Amino acid sequence: MELYEFGVGQLAEAFEKGAASPSEALSSVLERIGELEGEVHAFLLTDEEGARKKAKEADGLWAAARKGGARPAPLAGVPYVLKDNICTNGIRTTCGSKMLEGFVPPYDATVAGKLSGSVLLGKSNMDEFAMGSSTENSAFGPTRNPWDTKAVPGGSSGGSAACVSAGFAPFALGSDTGGSIRQPASLCGVVGLKPTYGRVSRYGLVAFGSSLDQIGPFARSVEDAALVFEAISGHDPKDSTSSPRPVPDMRKACKKGVKGMRIGLPREYFAEGLDPEVKDLVMGAVEELSAGGAEIVEVSLPSSMYGLAAYYLAATAEASSNLARFDGIRYGFRAPGAKDVVSAMKKTRSHGFGDEVKRRIMLGTYVLSAGYYEAYYNKALKVRRVLKEEFDEAFGKCDAIAGPTTPEVAFRFGERTEHPLSMYMSDIYTITANLIGIPAISVPCGLSKGLPVGLQLAARAFDEETLFAAAAEVERGAGFAGRIPGRIGGASR
Amino acid sequence: MGISRDEVMRIAELARLEFGEEDAARYALELDLILGYVAKLEEVDTEGKKPLTHAQELVNVMRQDEPVQGLSQDQALMNAPARKGEFFLVPRIMDNSDED
Amino acid sequence: MSWETVIGIEVHVELSTESKVFCGCRTKFGADPNTQVCPVCLGMPGVLPVLNRKAVEYCMKAALALNCEVSGRTKFDRKNYFYPDLPKAYQISQYDMPIGKNGWMDVEVDGKAKRIGIRRVHLEEETGKLIHAGDDITSAASSMIDFNRCGIPLIEIVSEADIRSADEARAYLVKLRSILLAIGVSDCKMEEGSMRCEANVSIRPEGSKEFGPLTEMKNIASFKAVYKAIEYESARQAKVLESGGEVRRQTRHWDDAKSETVFMRSKEQAHDYRYFPEPDLVPLEIDRGWTETVKASIPELPDQRKARYMADYGLAQREASLISDDTDLSGYFEKGLEAGAEAKALANWMTGELAAALNASGTEIASSKVGPAQMAELLGMVAGDEISGKTAKDVFAEVFLKGGSPRKMVEAMGLGQISGEEELRKAALAVIEANPGPSADYVSGKENAIMFLMGQLMKATKGRANPKVANQLLKQELDGRKKNV
Repeated sequence: MELYEFGVGQLAEAFEKGAASPSEALSSVLERIGELEGEVHAFLLTDEEGARKKAKEADGLWAAARKGGARPAPLAGVPYVLKDNICTNGIRTTCGSKMLEGFVPPYDATVAGKLSGSVLLGKSNMDEFAMGSSTENSAFGPTRNPWDTKAVPGGSSGGSAACVSAGFAPFALGSDTGGSIRQPASLCGVVGLKPTYGRVSRYGLVAFGSSLDQIGPFARSVEDAALVFEAISGHDPKDSTSSPRPVPDMRKACKKGVKGMRIGLPREYFAEGLDPEVKDLVMGAVEELSAGGAEIVEVSLPSSMYGLAAYYLAATAEASSNLARFDGIRYGFRAPGAKDVVSAMKKTRSHGFGDEVKRRIMLGTYVLSAGYYEAYYNKALKVRRVLKEEFDEAFGKCDAIAGPTTPEVAFRFGERTEHPLSMYMSDIYTITANLIGIPAISVPCGLSKGLPVGLQLAARAFDEETLFAAAAEVERGAGFAGRIPGRIGGASR
Repeated sequence: MGISRDEVMRIAELARLEFGEEDAARYALELDLILGYVAKLEEVDTEGKKPLTHAQELVNVMRQDEPVQGLSQDQALMNAPARKGEFFLVPRIMDNSDED
Repeated sequence: MSWETVIGIEVHVELSTESKVFCGCRTKFGADPNTQVCPVCLGMPGVLPVLNRKAVEYCMKAALALNCEVSGRTKFDRKNYFYPDLPKAYQISQYDMPIGKNGWMDVEVDGKAKRIGIRRVHLEEETGKLIHAGDDITSAASSMIDFNRCGIPLIEIVSEADIRSADEARAYLVKLRSILLAIGVSDCKMEEGSMRCEANVSIRPEGSKEFGPLTEMKNIASFKAVYKAIEYESARQAKVLESGGEVRRQTRHWDDAKSETVFMRSKEQAHDYRYFPEPDLVPLEIDRGWTETVKASIPELPDQRKARYMADYGLAQREASLISDDTDLSGYFEKGLEAGAEAKALANWMTGELAAALNASGTEIASSKVGPAQMAELLGMVAGDEISGKTAKDVFAEVFLKGGSPRKMVEAMGLGQISGEEELRKAALAVIEANPGPSADYVSGKENAIMFLMGQLMKATKGRANPKVANQLLKQELDGRKKNV
C-alpha cells in the first residue's frame, strides 16, 4: 500500500511507530498530485514549499515523541487540503471567484489555526462563493470527478471531495450551507460530515448563509472523519454562534455499533423521481443497519419537500448581505476606469461576480426588500420553524434519519446548467439539516453504473456520536472504506 | 406574478449590479422561475409560528472591553486596489445621498 | 395663519469604551490613519462580530437615565446600504427591538417645565471617516478613507416629536448632554464628532393635531446651529405654505456659513435598508438583576442635582433648573462654592450678569474670563462690604473683558468702598454744607430729603461710599442739627 492510500488514523499510527515520516507521506501525495492533477483539477493553489517545511517540522516532532518526548497533536504531519473559502494567512484565498483573485488574507481561519501541525498542501477548487452543486461555477474552471472525469464531482466543495477521492490527501475541509460537503462526498465516494451548527468555528470562513454555514471534514473512512472533526471542533470566542458544548470522544463512537438504535426512514424521501438504483443501494445500507441490530421505523416529514424553497429564500437573503462587502474598495478586484465610486462598485461587482452569484444576490436582495420581507423572507423563517418541529417529532421516534444524500449519481458537465432550478434539486435531501442546524453525514454505500452513491444520516443537534456509530456500521457493510478509483481519466494508478 | 424590467433594475441598483437589456430580461425570467417555485411555501401553514433566525438557543454572548492588537497599517492596506499613503483611495463620491 | 413647529431630534453619541463594539481595536481619538483596525472592523471576508459587554451596559445606562424601559429580549439587525465608509456594506444596528424604549426627559424653558418623550435608545456601530481631496464631497475627484473610527460603539437616542420650539430643542440637547456626561458614557464633544444630532422639523396650523410633512435636517454641528436651523426651517416651510405651495418630505443639509438649509434628497426616494436579524450575533436577554446593577451605578443626575440645590442652598426653582440642567454651569457653580462663594448670590450672578455677558459676547462659560474663583472673590468683596453692589457690576464687566483678579482690578481702579467713619463724616459734612435747603428740609421733618443728600454724597465719593455707613453718618449729623434748632 502506498502512503498516499493511507488514511488519517493510519498515517498517525505510522508516524508514531516510525514506520513512515511526514516528509515521506508528503512526497507520496505530491507525486500522485503531479501525475493526476491535470486530469482532476482539484486545486486552485498548491504550496509545495510551505508543505515541505511543515512536514520537516513534523518529522522532528514525531521523532522526539518516539524518544519519549511530548506527543504531538493527533494530526501532526498529516497532509490535507482546505477549500478556498477558508482564509489562510499569507496564502491566497479566492473563493473560486475573480472578485478575490489576488486576495491574500492577513489572518487565519480558526480551523486553519487548529490544524497548524498538519501539512497544508494547498487550497481546493469550489463553486464561486460556495454557490453551486457541481463546481462548474468556479471562475477558474471546473473540477472533474475522479470516478469519471466526464462527470462533475458535485459542489460547492468539489475540489476538496475530489482531492480525498483521488488520493491527493487523506483528509480535506469543505463548507456546507445546503449540502456542499455531503453532496460532493456522495458523488465522489468519500465520507463527508456537516457538523451541528456551532460545533466548528466559522471565523475565517467566507460567509455565504451565516445561519446555515458550517465547516466539516472529508475523509475516506468514518473514523478518519471523526478524528478530523475532533481536531477542528470546539468553542471559539471569535465566533458568537460557536457552541460552548464540550466535544465527546468521537473515535469511541465509531466502534459503538447500532444495537438498539432506531433508524427513521421518511416516507417522503422515497417518492417518485428517485433513481431506482440509488434507492436500492440506500435500502441495502439500511438493511446493514438492521442486521447490526438497529430498528427501522417509518417516519413522516410532511414539509420536507418545502425545505428547498425555504432554503433558497433564507440563504440568498443572507448571501446578498454577506457579499455586499465585495465592492472593490479595501481588497479584491476593482474594475478599472470608473470615474465615481457608485459606478466603480457597479462595474466591479458586475465583472467580478459570475452569473450564479449575481442571480442569488438579486434574489436575496428582492426577498429582503421593502414590501416583500413578510411574504418571502419571514415566511421562509417560519417554514424553518415548522421543519424543526417536524424533525423534533420524528426524533421522538428515532435516533437517526436515513435516506439518499442526493437523488442521483454524478451527472455530466453542462447537464444541469440550463435551468436554474434543475441544479438546485440536487440539494433536496441535504438542505433541511442546514435549515435547522442538525448534524448530517454522507457515507458511501455502493456504486451505480460505476459511480458512487451516498447514504445520508441525520441526527439530533450535538449528537454526532450517533452519526459516527451508524455511518461506521454502514461502512463495514458496504466495504467502501479507503477506496480510491483505480483509473482516473486517461491515467491509471 | 412576473417581475417587471423596472423591478429588476431597482433591485440591481440596490445590489450595485448593472445589466444590459438582454441580461436584465434574462434575470427577470430566471427570478420569475425561482419565485414561482418558492411560491409553493404559501401551502405551508405557518400560523403562529415564530421565525427561526438562529439554529441554536444561545443568548448573551459578549466579550470584555479589553483592547486587542489588530493589524498594522501595512497589513490593513496591503490588499487595497488603490491606496494613497496611509489611506484607502476611492474615486469621486458624487453626493452624500447614501450617507446616513 | 399661526403655525406650530413640531420637532423631533435624533442624537448619535460615541461611547467612551476602551475597545470597539464588535472587535478589540482601540478607540482612541487622533491615532494615525488605519492603525486601529483589524479584519473585523475592516469587513474582510470571513470575519465575525463579537459584542462588547461594556457597550451594552453604557447603552443600558443611558436608556435608564432617560427613564426608558430596559429589560427582556433585545437583538441586533443588519441595515444594508452601500457607502465607502461602511466596510461590510451593512451596519450592525437595532431595528425593532432596541435596548431602551418609551422613556422621557423633563426640560425647563422660560420657567415652564415640559416633558419630552424618548422613543428609543439603541446600540450600533460607527462608520469610517472620509477625507475629500479638495473642498467638499461633490467637487473632490477622489476621497480617502480612514477606518480607525469604524466600529466604535454608537448609541442613537430618538425623541418623540414633542418639541415645539428652537428653545425647547436647545434645552433638550443641553440637558441630554448633561445627563450623558454625568453617567460617564461619552465625552459628548460635538466638535470631535462624538455627539451628533439631526432634527426633524415640520409645521402645522396651530391647534391642529395632524402632522405635516417633515424635513430631516443633517450636518448640524453645534447647539447654536440647531437653534438657527430650526428657526430657519420653520420659517421656510411657513413661507412655502403661505404662498400656496406644498412642503415635501425631504432631507436637507444645514449650511452654517450661509445660515440656510439646502435640499439634499426627497424622502420619497428613501433608502430600502432591507433590515433583517443579524445572524452572526445571538440575542440578549437582559434580566432584572442586570438592569438593577446598571441602574445602581448611575450617579447624581441633573434633576436630582436641582432638587439638592433647592434643598441645601435654598435656590429658587428657575435658577436651580438652569444651573443643574447644564453640566458646564453646575460645574462652575460647584467650583464657585468650593472657592467660598455664597450659594444664592452665586446663583443670582450666574443667571443674571454672567449669563447676560456670555450671551452678548457669544462666549461659552468654559472660556469665561470670570471663572468660578474670580466670581467667588468678587462676591466675597461685596459680602464683606469692600465694594458696593453697583461697583461689583462694573468690576465684573472689566474682568470679563480683560481677565485678572477682581481684587486687583478694584485697587487699580481705585474703587474700594469707603467705610472709614472719619473720611465719610468729613464728606457728609461737606454735602450738608453744600446743600442747605435739603438739609433744612430733613431737619424740619421731611425724611425723604435724605435720599437727595445720599445721592450727592455718592456722587462726591464717586460711588465708593459705603451706603449703610454713609446713611448713618448723614443722619447723625443732621439729627445733631435738629437738636440745635
